[in-house]
Amino acid sequence: MLQGKAFKFGDSISTDHIAPGRLAHLRSNLPELAKHVLEDADPTFASRVSKGDFVVGGNNFGLGSSREHAPLIIKMSGVSAVLAKSVARIFFRNAINLGLPVLVCDTDKINDGDELQVDLAGGVIKDLTNGNSLTFSPIPPAMLAILEAGGLMPYIKKHGDFKL
Amino acid sequence: MGKTLAEKILGRNSGQDAHAGDIVVAQVNLAFVQDTTGPLTVREFQKAGFKKLANPKRTVLFIDHAAPSSNRQLSTDHMLLRQFASDLGAILSDVGDGVCHQVVAESLAAPGDVITGADSHTVTGGAMGAFATGMGSSDVAVAMALGKTWFRVPETIRINVNGSFQKGVYAKDLILYIIGLIGADGATYKALEFGGETIKNMEMTDRITIANMAVEAGAKVGLFPADGITKSFLEAHGRGDVFTPLSADEDAVYEKVIEIDAAKLEPMVSKPHTVDNTATARELKDVKIQQVFIGTCTNGRLEDLAVAAKMLKGKKRHSSTRLVVAPASRKVLLEAINAGYIQTLIEAGAVILPPGCGACLGLHQGILGDGEACLSTANRNFKGRMGNPEGLIYLASPATAAATAITGVITDPREVL
Repeated sequence: MLQGKAFKFGDSISTDHIAPGRLAHLRSNLPELAKHVLEDADPTFASRVSKGDFVVGGNNFGLGSSREHAPLIIKMSGVSAVLAKSVARIFFRNAINLGLPVLVCDTDKINDGDELQVDLAGGVIKDLTNGNSLTFSPIPPAMLAILEAGGLMPYIKKHGDFKL
Repeated sequence: MGKTLAEKILGRNSGQDAHAGDIVVAQVNLAFVQDTTGPLTVREFQKAGFKKLANPKRTVLFIDHAAPSSNRQLSTDHMLLRQFASDLGAILSDVGDGVCHQVVAESLAAPGDVITGADSHTVTGGAMGAFATGMGSSDVAVAMALGKTWFRVPETIRINVNGSFQKGVYAKDLILYIIGLIGADGATYKALEFGGETIKNMEMTDRITIANMAVEAGAKVGLFPADGITKSFLEAHGRGDVFTPLSADEDAVYEKVIEIDAAKLEPMVSKPHTVDNTATARELKDVKIQQVFIGTCTNGRLEDLAVAAKMLKGKKRHSSTRLVVAPASRKVLLEAINAGYIQTLIEAGAVILPPGCGACLGLHQGILGDGEACLSTANRNFKGRMGNPEGLIYLASPATAAATAITGVITDPREVL
């Protein structure tokens, strides 16, 4: 069971919002890059987010680049899951590969600052602030296998190959 | 039941009878990284304890995004990539060789290949009839080590284009129109497959422009058949022997079919800050532009520079508008020099950047000032992309870019041609 605060963003949060390209020289210094996570969407996010909180987006979250650094620095900031109405393909796969759950649900029902409780196994999200209950789309089985192993590298370490 | 191009290519490379929706594990024929994604791949590869590459001569490390480097950290990253290539016998494409996707098209991709690259515009390979898709650094590290990776076979949206472009209208206008039509998530998880008479007769340079931007509609791949035009392109690059014809079956099943009349298209522009925020160039005629950027994997080829040079010959850039040109590869630069295009562009007031990504992603030369607007032939205009979140990026064709460089405002090229 995950519990934390929702940080609400709008539609089309791109990989440039999350991990700006102009900071690519920090990609080999991930803790430094992580200080800038979501900077171009909300410059105060990095300093306000706590371990266990959630990033909540609208449509097409994570659109753009294949930079794995985008979901990586979201994870490094302590976020335990990303919730969004829809998610761009490469971002989704990268997040799962890092063991960061991405949950597709009707985020219109979540407000900035709401306290959320996420039951990953049960498929339910409870908004403790406004009382709403949401379900999220099941993660496809092949990706669930990778997520449950803790991500792609732990999966490969365990299985040595793709057994999907 | 007939198969789409995506089903055929993944089927052949996985040895499975692939249908849309299936999960397959396919051989990867070409795996590559670039200098901003490669270091993470190298570190994950080493951390995982991999000792060898599955196919060293089909593994490429590109230094193109910051080429040459603009700071110490990027230079150190470059050193890491060079060392890795040397230690493991991979191919290194160094400073000045060109943008990864351009070099892949010129020298590496073949019809029927499965290509994974740690760059979202890996979809460019689809122009050659390859299942080419962008992935994250760890995914590519595993593909490099195992020589394979898993895919969900995508459903296909078929786009049939018929009719001829009007004068002043180009492939870039077509793909911007399509993205504006279906939206930045209109093809998420899907394959885009192109067909129709216009596509059948379309030169490779234009196929590359279109395939390159498939990801901007959310697509996994942007596929073209491998036909006579593919064969000619490969032969022109000394690689005719890798040609194999490839097309979708007549009775392939598509999730959706979109018909486009090319003759109805006009010069298009993507407005800040998303690619699908499109308008016609003529609707934007009063927008002042401080920098015009011509280049990138989308439109940095000889044919693109030719269009710009022809329009700029004997003319000068507008005094308020910088003109920055980045040829997509060394090969393109040399050919453009021989053809006189570089001379013409410089005489018109252009600066020529080294072959590489140039100003596209705000890492080195061509960063915008606060409130400045750039009209670019690149493929992405997200807020902050060109190095400054207070900058404004408009995307367009090389012809629209050249016309704009002359007038200083967004200009429909038909007014200048």
